[in-house]
Amino acid sequence: MMLLCRSASFSSPARCISNEDQEPEYDTGDLDSDDGEEIFTGTSNKPFVSTPPETDPSSDIFSEEGSYTVQKHTAPKTNGVQSDEELDLFAEATVELTLTAPNSRGRKEIIGPTEPLSTTVNTHGKLHVANTSNKPSEEVEEEESGDTFELNIAVTNPEKMGDGMNAYMTYKVSTQTTLPAFRSKTFSVRRRFSDFLGLYEKLSVKYNLMGCIIPPPPQKSVVGMTKVKVGKEDPSSAEFVEKRRAALERYLQRVVSHPALLQDSDVQEFLEREELPRAVNTQALSGSGFLKMINKASDAVNKMTIKMNESDNWFESKLQEVENEEQLLRRLHASVDSLVNHRKELCSNTAMFAKSVAMLGSSEENSALSRALSQLAEVEDKLEQLHQEQAFSDFFTLTELLADYLRLLGAVRGCFEQRMKAWQRWQEAQSTLQKKREAEAKLLWSNKPDKLQQAKEDITEWEAKVGQCERDFERISSTLRKEVHRFEKEKCRDFKHHIVKYLESLLRSQHRLVKCWEAFLPEAKAIV
Amino acid sequence: MKGSNEDSAQSVNGSSIKITDVTQDGDTLTFAITSQKSSSSAGVCVFRTYEDFEWLQQGLFSQEDVPGLQGVIFPPLPSKPLPSTSLSQAKALKQLGFLALGDEWMIYCKALELYLQQVAAHTTLSKSKALYSFLNSSESPGKQCGKKGILNRLSQAMEEMRKEGHKDVDEFFQSERDSSTNLSALFKLSTEKFLDVVLNKQRLALACGHFSTSLHLCVNQDNPTAVAFSKICLKLSDIIEAVKINYEKVSDNDISTLGLGLDLESRYQEAKREMLFRRTCKLVELETANRNSERAKPNKKAIMEGVQKATQKEFDIISSVAKQEIEHYHRDRVSLLRDFLICWCEKQLSTARESSALLSQHLDACKKFAV
Repeated sequence: MMLLCRSASFSSPARCISNEDQEPEYDTGDLDSDDGEEIFTGTSNKPFVSTPPETDPSSDIFSEEGSYTVQKHTAPKTNGVQSDEELDLFAEATVELTLTAPNSRGRKEIIGPTEPLSTTVNTHGKLHVANTSNKPSEEVEEEESGDTFELNIAVTNPEKMGDGMNAYMTYKVSTQTTLPAFRSKTFSVRRRFSDFLGLYEKLSVKYNLMGCIIPPPPQKSVVGMTKVKVGKEDPSSAEFVEKRRAALERYLQRVVSHPALLQDSDVQEFLEREELPRAVNTQALSGSGFLKMINKASDAVNKMTIKMNESDNWFESKLQEVENEEQLLRRLHASVDSLVNHRKELCSNTAMFAKSVAMLGSSEENSALSRALSQLAEVEDKLEQLHQEQAFSDFFTLTELLADYLRLLGAVRGCFEQRMKAWQRWQEAQSTLQKKREAEAKLLWSNKPDKLQQAKEDITEWEAKVGQCERDFERISSTLRKEVHRFEKEKCRDFKHHIVKYLESLLRSQHRLVKCWEAFLPEAKAIV
Repeated sequence: MKGSNEDSAQSVNGSSIKITDVTQDGDTLTFAITSQKSSSSAGVCVFRTYEDFEWLQQGLFSQEDVPGLQGVIFPPLPSKPLPSTSLSQAKALKQLGFLALGDEWMIYCKALELYLQQVAAHTTLSKSKALYSFLNSSESPGKQCGKKGILNRLSQAMEEMRKEGHKDVDEFFQSERDSSTNLSALFKLSTEKFLDVVLNKQRLALACGHFSTSLHLCVNQDNPTAVAFSKICLKLSDIIEAVKINYEKVSDNDISTLGLGLDLESRYQEAKREMLFRRTCKLVELETANRNSERAKPNKKAIMEGVQKATQKEFDIISSVAKQEIEHYHRDRVSLLRDFLICWCEKQLSTARESSALLSQHLDACKKFAV
């Protein structure tokens, strides 16, 4: 598989991409191709499983459940437009992603791609990679000595700080990594929910206009949080906190699995820095708020006076696909939700049955029958527990997966809207340029030399802008295309992984069920 | 348990009684009943409706010349079946409980079958002409005008309820009555709760079905990744379908074994309570007769004493029959419950093992799935 290995450097946060920015972060316009190239090389292979509630907290929080590894290496810093020579060198790099057997601590490592065929090394202080010799283009080789970097994230230990209505939860965000970009190998910080939202804010400002699919954060929940604040120590608030903790963990794992975001300084700061300034303006990002944002963008696009002339059918059909899939997932989510509810009901019904049988057992006079009935009550208690765990599994494995992807598809749709906006800006720039040209033509006839000069300057300015807009549009288009490919592959892996987990939990349930029945049978037979 | 040699020509082999078929015509169910006499292997097949069963039960109640008949614990007849054409599922459940569930009235037939077998196994009741007629007569006996029995179904009229609490003269019977009341309520409760559990499992199976069907809609062949994703969704659909089938099997097992057993036990408890109540009524009657006899004016004294003696005799016979019946009852119910519990456990165990194996296969297939 021939892939293009490139990565961009993402320097200071101050460098926002805007229309006027003359330096694109990366220019892939010339390197576009049709068969699903990835501009980002590393991908995670073991995403987003929350630690189930029964996990022993003292165990390694970076157990297989919550970790994944990422292969990173960089190409030369692409500060500005590439020269032709350098571009050629990138064309042949091969990437091979393989999974080794899990190491002793249960983490998987990806043996990385071969090295890019360039001689310059990016040493922007973040990632660098030892360069090897140039590889001939035809050979596909696997470099065992390719650099592998690990990054594992876990979100644990929710703690309530403060009290009353000003209370909030903090979560421990622990990172284990071999990436040299970070100061140490293992570190942790405490973050609160608004910090996560703040991170999303920053990332979306930076990357929204580039066509990158930014993972959306977990939803705000006023009801849930109020319960926690008020201090109700009941199972539903514990469940809420666990749900949130798991969602935050998945969110971060998705963020760092995006190769561009992993290198982002805001992300690194989020993971590393002791104290973060309090994030503001996070009101917009409640669950409905997020969707409102997306839908507002859609509305704006729909109101566009100029209908977009889609030169590339791919985008139109892909957007339709995304919308269809959103509908499907919504339906699936509703189905699984109802499944979870039925299971919870089964839990409580089984518990009531167990109680009634226990009462029977204690009233029954025949001693063997009495004992058998008491055993039956215990069996039913165990079944109740099984049902409960299965309900959790249903929920965390399937329901949350579907919910996450619903939000992610919303984000994808948002990117498509951004692209259309970019197109619109380009069209507007072109029409402004046209006006300027007409103005100049008029001035030519009216013989006002000083104004003419201004007009000519205007034209030059707008020509440049038009060029910029066009490049922006091309860039966002090609990035979006690649992002969508990456996203789709990711989605496949994600779903497969979760289905395997779900199956494993079903199987475990069944095994325990078999044991229950095997234990009860002799008791039943012993009745005389 | 079987009749004496003279009656052996008449007596039926209880365990051979089977309900082999049921047909529904509008609101009426017709049951095909086969049986064999204990002396021969020739089988007889008759067709009966629920009215015929009621006729039989009445016939058993109204046997004359059976001393202490009131002390007999009569095998309980299930309630009238309500074909769903006329009533909703919820009403049927309320009336029949577990017997309303299951495919094609199978569970109900099993309950009727057990009823007949229990009647045929009863020392006294098996000799009844009504039973013979029921099992052998080609004519439907229910059409005949049935004699109104001495005994009526227990109806909890207000005065009757007062009698229920009447203190007994015999410690054995007093404790039997107390434990009966207690256990009866508990068994009823357990049966209801178990019914809730089973219905819940059926709803769960239905939800799984919906989920599985929805997953089928995720098929998209546009590009290789979409194809891969579709395959994953279809795989999940298969898995959920397996889960659904498992739940259906589990609830079927529940219904046909423990559900049936609990239902039977509940109804038998009721039958026992009814018997004890009849005896208690007799006791009240006896005590009334005693009082009358004491207070009687000389001209009535002889008559009163006569009544008192007769009532005493009846009461004693009833009590002795009742004692025997209770002993049999205790033994029989334990073995019945045992059989049901073992059957239930074995079925659930086998279903769980099957399901394990199937899920294991799915898991292997999934893991090999290339993404």
